[in-house]
Amino acid sequence: MKFGVVVFPGTWSDRDCGWVIDQVLGAELQYLWHKDADLKGCDCVILPGGFAYGDYLRTGAIARFAPVMEKIGEFADRGGLVWGICNGFQVLCEAGLLPGALIRNASLEFRCQWTNLMVERTDLPFTSQCAEREVIHVPISHGEGSYFADPATLSRLEQRGQVVFRYCDPDGRVTTASNPNGSLHNIAGIVNARGNVLGMMPHPERCAEAELGGTDGLKLFRSVTAKVVKVLAS
Amino acid sequence: MIARVIVTPKPVVNDPQGITVRQGLATLGFREVSDVRVGKYIEVSLDAATEHEARQRVEAMCDQLLANHVIEDFRFEIVPDGRKSR
Repeated sequence: MKFGVVVFPGTWSDRDCGWVIDQVLGAELQYLWHKDADLKGCDCVILPGGFAYGDYLRTGAIARFAPVMEKIGEFADRGGLVWGICNGFQVLCEAGLLPGALIRNASLEFRCQWTNLMVERTDLPFTSQCAEREVIHVPISHGEGSYFADPATLSRLEQRGQVVFRYCDPDGRVTTASNPNGSLHNIAGIVNARGNVLGMMPHPERCAEAELGGTDGLKLFRSVTAKVVKVLAS
Repeated sequence: MIARVIVTPKPVVNDPQGITVRQGLATLGFREVSDVRVGKYIEVSLDAATEHEARQRVEAMCDQLLANHVIEDFRFEIVPDGRKSR
């Protein structure tokens, strides 16, 4: 099982993701430089958080032109696992691999806080180790994480069950008060129709060890490992 | 030629910056302000044989990069580049 972690100029969560993969999970880690035109045999490619290319023009707008992104698009088309976290989610939306866009938080503030997420899909390679409708505790850290999509796209996402994570209160109630950024329908993470490209604003790599306040994020990394090992064994 | 491109958030997109600026104006006493939308201004200098050609090229630039059609609208005007002697 080999994870690829993409590094753009301005990426800042690459080492955090790398630490979880390498030190906590014990899986194989490969950093992928934005100029790489080869995914080096990775089974799952992570686009981590940060400010790729300074987020110039719009978040993720310039990153989609990186050579590595063309390969990631082809990889996703073949059913490869692509996982965008925070800025990575913004890049996937700009690249057209996921629908919608992330806009300025309704509060206008950069929000760095713990959130509760309702896990709405547990049949995905990214969430199989979560219990059905489990509430997980994962921090966010962003200024532009308010999910927006036009009404037609939004209803299509809901009908097809593409909303994977929703901000909720500790008891799993999806409320306005538990929405930290003004995302439509409290959306914190979505998956493409095929189920192999996930984008999420919260940071699972920052809650994979008890010392950091929680280990719910590790469930997502373990889900990917379990899935890939199963596929390789079959 | 110069293209003066204006990119604005779509009317259906919440614009917290605009709301905050409107509140600021109200605090300063500009009570007549009913709405503010904050967008961006982009100036593109380009070579084109005709204004028509420039329009087509800038339209494509806006579609492909300068604006995100999910959340933004754009409009632009083409003006002669005063810095160049032609």
